[in-house]
Amino acid sequence: MIDIRNLTIKKARKHLDDKDFSARQLAEAYLEEISKVNTDLNAYLEVYKDVLEQADVADKKIAKGEISPLTGIPLAIKDNILISGKHASAGSKILKGYIATYDATVIKKLKDEGVVFIGRTNMDEFAMGSSTENSAFGPTKNPLDKTRVTGGSSGGSVATVKMNGALFALGSDTGGSVRQPASFCGVVGLKPTYGSVSRYGLMAMGSSLDVIGPITKTVTDAEIVFNSIKGKDEFDSTSQNEEGINNKKTPKVIGVPYHILEGGGMSKEALNSFKESIQKLEGLGYEIRDIKLPNIGYSLAVYYVIMPAEVSSNLARFDGVKYGLHIDGKDLLDDYLKTRGEGFGKEVRRRILIGTYVLSAGYHDAYYNKAITLRQKITDEFIKMFEEVDVIVTPTTPGPAFKIGEIVNDPLAMYLEDIFTVPANISGIPAMSVPAGTVEVDGVSLPLGLQIMAPHNCENLLFEVGKKFLGE
Amino acid sequence: MTLTKKDIQNLGSLARIGISEEEAEKLTPEIDSILGYVGQIKDAVGDVEKRVSAHRNVMREDIPTNEPRQYTEDVMSNAPSREGDYLKVKKIL
Repeated sequence: MIDIRNLTIKKARKHLDDKDFSARQLAEAYLEEISKVNTDLNAYLEVYKDVLEQADVADKKIAKGEISPLTGIPLAIKDNILISGKHASAGSKILKGYIATYDATVIKKLKDEGVVFIGRTNMDEFAMGSSTENSAFGPTKNPLDKTRVTGGSSGGSVATVKMNGALFALGSDTGGSVRQPASFCGVVGLKPTYGSVSRYGLMAMGSSLDVIGPITKTVTDAEIVFNSIKGKDEFDSTSQNEEGINNKKTPKVIGVPYHILEGGGMSKEALNSFKESIQKLEGLGYEIRDIKLPNIGYSLAVYYVIMPAEVSSNLARFDGVKYGLHIDGKDLLDDYLKTRGEGFGKEVRRRILIGTYVLSAGYHDAYYNKAITLRQKITDEFIKMFEEVDVIVTPTTPGPAFKIGEIVNDPLAMYLEDIFTVPANISGIPAMSVPAGTVEVDGVSLPLGLQIMAPHNCENLLFEVGKKFLGE
Repeated sequence: MTLTKKDIQNLGSLARIGISEEEAEKLTPEIDSILGYVGQIKDAVGDVEKRVSAHRNVMREDIPTNEPRQYTEDVMSNAPSREGDYLKVKKIL
């Protein structure tokens, strides 16, 4: 028996290389666990039929000594990342029957290493949501408490890792979609620097904000996956290989923007837990500095202008002509209205309408242009602050996982879930959520997350502080 | 903010999303309150010096990099309606 509960990528690598077990045996252990828990939790939308064949290929590679860090490692993929020949739905009805015609760059990189793709995971439709309740295929339940959400939008990906259904998963993060569910389920979620990981083959939501990131059990594992998927790509002109300004530095000073906690709607328990995390960091020898980021409070409003604007443009491609769902109307215009009206879920329709509004004649200057200006201002404030402090920490979310159905009918309340995570997307800096304490709610111990942010392309600072914090 | 039901239906037609009377009724206050929230950015003061984005257009020679018909069948077989190698749509004139 393989003890998958305590397995990490790092440990599995050693066991595979030492021939303690094969990639096939490892994959079988995960498939068995999935068969027990997935129907109830709804983390995987599909488990692939060729998992064991993939594992056999990996075993041959290992036997020949062609070993990369992720050879034979089983993983889950968010349903908005394309794998050639496999179905991809982005949690939407509108992509009914769509088969990807090419590999995303991250998939190609992982295939080259000989990973084992177990399946595709549930998500909020087109990554729009913070609870995975906006999936056309039903919500994913939190493995720690089935009456609660996993967070979102990468809720399925995070749940697969937490329920021991994969050793790691890939998600996408536009406003917190990797970090917020990682926080809700007590795992590590990394949103890398914008452009450090290619977006080629990731279904676009907000193109100036989207980035693919790993969900893992440890910071060490997040670093291993990040190193495998990062890098400039000729198919994504916004991808880059740039060096961070503080890459060689050992982090010493941590900034805490206490002023943003006041407006964050945090409970007393969550606030206390955050304070304990700060004390822990102090105990580890870091200098804690109270900092002010004057315009950071506008981040969420800026985000909910820029993102829907980009959404309304990006989702124009779903027209019932090229792929997916088609609902017949009386003429071509009616085909569009029906296909998009019925194919897109409620939240997606809402965001397309908001995006259409903020870009329309007469409102463009007041909303979109103003948001772009503020975005630059917020980014400049971060860059300047990083001359004084090495990393910045905040809570990942205002509180622990909420109940399924609790806020799904209040869009603005759902948007406020992202209040601490969006600034990193607005400014493009890397950020990571690590498990940091728990709160007791209704007799269940629910995890909270600590978010660490660093200057552009300084992921190594996140890894260093994160490892120390978790004692890795 | 004072959006009307008619505004919502107009946005729907601009975005090519069919919206029923009933849904427009529900969406009006929802979108109104979201726009009210994001409208706070209008209060932000001070301007920034406009910078040119760090991103540049990436150009390449216009040469096909794949074999003829390498992806044709894969791409076309995703289409809801086709005729040979053409996507089939209703007449527009």
